[in-house]
Amino acid sequence: MRIDRPGLVLAALGAAAMPLPFMQFRANRIVAGEAMAMPVWAIAAACVLLAIGAFRLPQVWRLGAAAVGIGLLIWLVGDMATGLDAPPAARASPGSGLWLLLGVFALLLADAITKMRPGLRMQTAILILACAAMAIVLVSGHLADVSVMREYAARSDIFASHARRHLLLAFGSLTAALAVGVPLGIWLHRERTARPSVMGTLNLVQTLPSLALFGMMIPLLSWVAASVPGAAALGIAGIGFAPALIALFLYSLLPVVGNTVVGLDGASPEAREAGRGMGMTPWQVLSRVSIPLALPVIVAAVRIVLVQNIGLAVIAGLIGGGGFGTFVFQGLAQNAADLILLGAIPTVVMALVAGIALDLVVKALQR
Amino acid sequence: MIEIRNLSRRFGPVTAVDDVSLTIAKGEMVALVGTSGSGKTTLLRMINRLVEPTSGAVLLNGQDTAGLPAHLLRRRIGYAIQGHGLFPHYSVARNIAAVPELLGWPAAQIRERVDELLTLFGMPPADFRDRRPAALSGGQQQRVGVARALAARPEVLLMDEPFGALDPVTRAQAQADLRRIQRQLGTTTILVTHDMEEALALGDRIAVMDRGRLVQCADPATILTRPATDFVARLTGRSDRPFRLLGLLPVADLVEPGEAEGAPVDPELSAREALAECLWSGRSALPLAGGGRVTLDRLTERARGAE
Repeated sequence: MRIDRPGLVLAALGAAAMPLPFMQFRANRIVAGEAMAMPVWAIAAACVLLAIGAFRLPQVWRLGAAAVGIGLLIWLVGDMATGLDAPPAARASPGSGLWLLLGVFALLLADAITKMRPGLRMQTAILILACAAMAIVLVSGHLADVSVMREYAARSDIFASHARRHLLLAFGSLTAALAVGVPLGIWLHRERTARPSVMGTLNLVQTLPSLALFGMMIPLLSWVAASVPGAAALGIAGIGFAPALIALFLYSLLPVVGNTVVGLDGASPEAREAGRGMGMTPWQVLSRVSIPLALPVIVAAVRIVLVQNIGLAVIAGLIGGGGFGTFVFQGLAQNAADLILLGAIPTVVMALVAGIALDLVVKALQR
Repeated sequence: MIEIRNLSRRFGPVTAVDDVSLTIAKGEMVALVGTSGSGKTTLLRMINRLVEPTSGAVLLNGQDTAGLPAHLLRRRIGYAIQGHGLFPHYSVARNIAAVPELLGWPAAQIRERVDELLTLFGMPPADFRDRRPAALSGGQQQRVGVARALAARPEVLLMDEPFGALDPVTRAQAQADLRRIQRQLGTTTILVTHDMEEALALGDRIAVMDRGRLVQCADPATILTRPATDFVARLTGRSDRPFRLLGLLPVADLVEPGEAEGAPVDPELSAREALAECLWSGRSALPLAGGGRVTLDRLTERARGAE
């Protein structure tokens, strides 16, 4: 049987992960914990699964091994946490060995899927299936005794509102960036002379560190709130949701404007010339020829911006803007890793899902 | 039909088109020939006002085109360009339907017209209607480009190097198709080309442009036998001139009574092909398939431009 090279590397990484602590048990969430190892039977099972991944077997086998591996790890971590029968203040948290093994199996899964070359529909089905599996695991309550879920249980009342706030920050800033950036891009596509100054400004905004941007907005928005009638009632203030939304909006402009201009410029010049020559008005050339041809490039910008903003929205937590960043910064302040994870894991999952989903949209448009 | 009156266009210090006047009759096909930079494309683009004239006027059926909104004028004028300019995101049918859609034709009428044009260009509608341009060969794309230009039954068809991107064999076929379809529809056509061979093959008249000026406009035989300037003579190619002249003429026009040796030739051939046959087979006369013969002497006499 022939060796699959990426699979072999992953198997080696997985083997290296097995001696690492699988879980950490701590009497409360601050103190140092004691390591818990993986049971021997689970180590044996993981070795078999990794071995399947390391050979050039039918990709369905490798895919199955990866899926079974992930399922096994998740079941095991829930089962071990529940089996401890620990008091509410105690924490059974995932250890480095578990994280590494999860990563190895996830990469194996991705490798197998890529090599299977699934069609667009199949890829969409896989994405939906993965999301459904995650939802089922969370709803089942099997992980209820794992540290991150205990942190969730303690904050379930505010978790949903922070999740909504996070989505509002990411999608709200994206919507605003599209509403402003696409028309701006269309204008720059027609007015070449204005390009250097506008693109230069947007580039400059992009290089500003987010903290500096917040710092600059505090006096600015405080002044607006104090002097523009009705502004304060709309929620505009030096800190909070408004400056976070504005910062994300500003960071989104460059990709949106840049891709709109590039996409429109790249739209077949012959097709545009033919459209004009057959009697289309400038608006008809734009709406019927240039924009449809530029659409995959513009949607690619939406993908970049959405993934970037879901991640960046975490910083809103720093200035009281809400979102998952609130948990991350609380966790940092309290030295509570599980609380950090409660903010970080949903953020990562959302960004991943959004990125993959929009990749699929771009591919569908390019057909 | 089309009257071009003292038309000029300057781009900064450069005069691209310099005081050109030209009248084109209904149903005529005029080939605009010249080297690159001679102003032929600019002249063409002033007819549908993709370029606005600096001075002068273009009259379409006696009406000054400057008085019409440019996009409405262009919907009455078919326009086909090199590299076809098809919309890559539209099917063949939607590409052809583009101008009728702009004009607001009813859907059923558009569908009927699309199928009619595809059939006219030898592309079975059932096979081609729903394809994307990328799924067509170069020759097919070019034909769809011309079909699209003709879709709304324009009064005038403007073509800018429409066959420039085709290989020689496909190109000859496309030229023959264009000639046949243009005769059949009677669409007044102006065709820009840098290729004198193409102009001779297609043009009822040939308009030669040199550095922005129209130096001669005449039928192909006159262009070859009585070039107005040295530039026209060079463009017609001194070494090719006799052969090109014979190429304009069917061999049937030179038939005389009598007999000749060897296999008979098709009277539909051009005199040029008959001459080649004489030289290649070493005969001094050829029998025609339908009776009579054509002699090498008669062919060489005509090749000198004599009647």
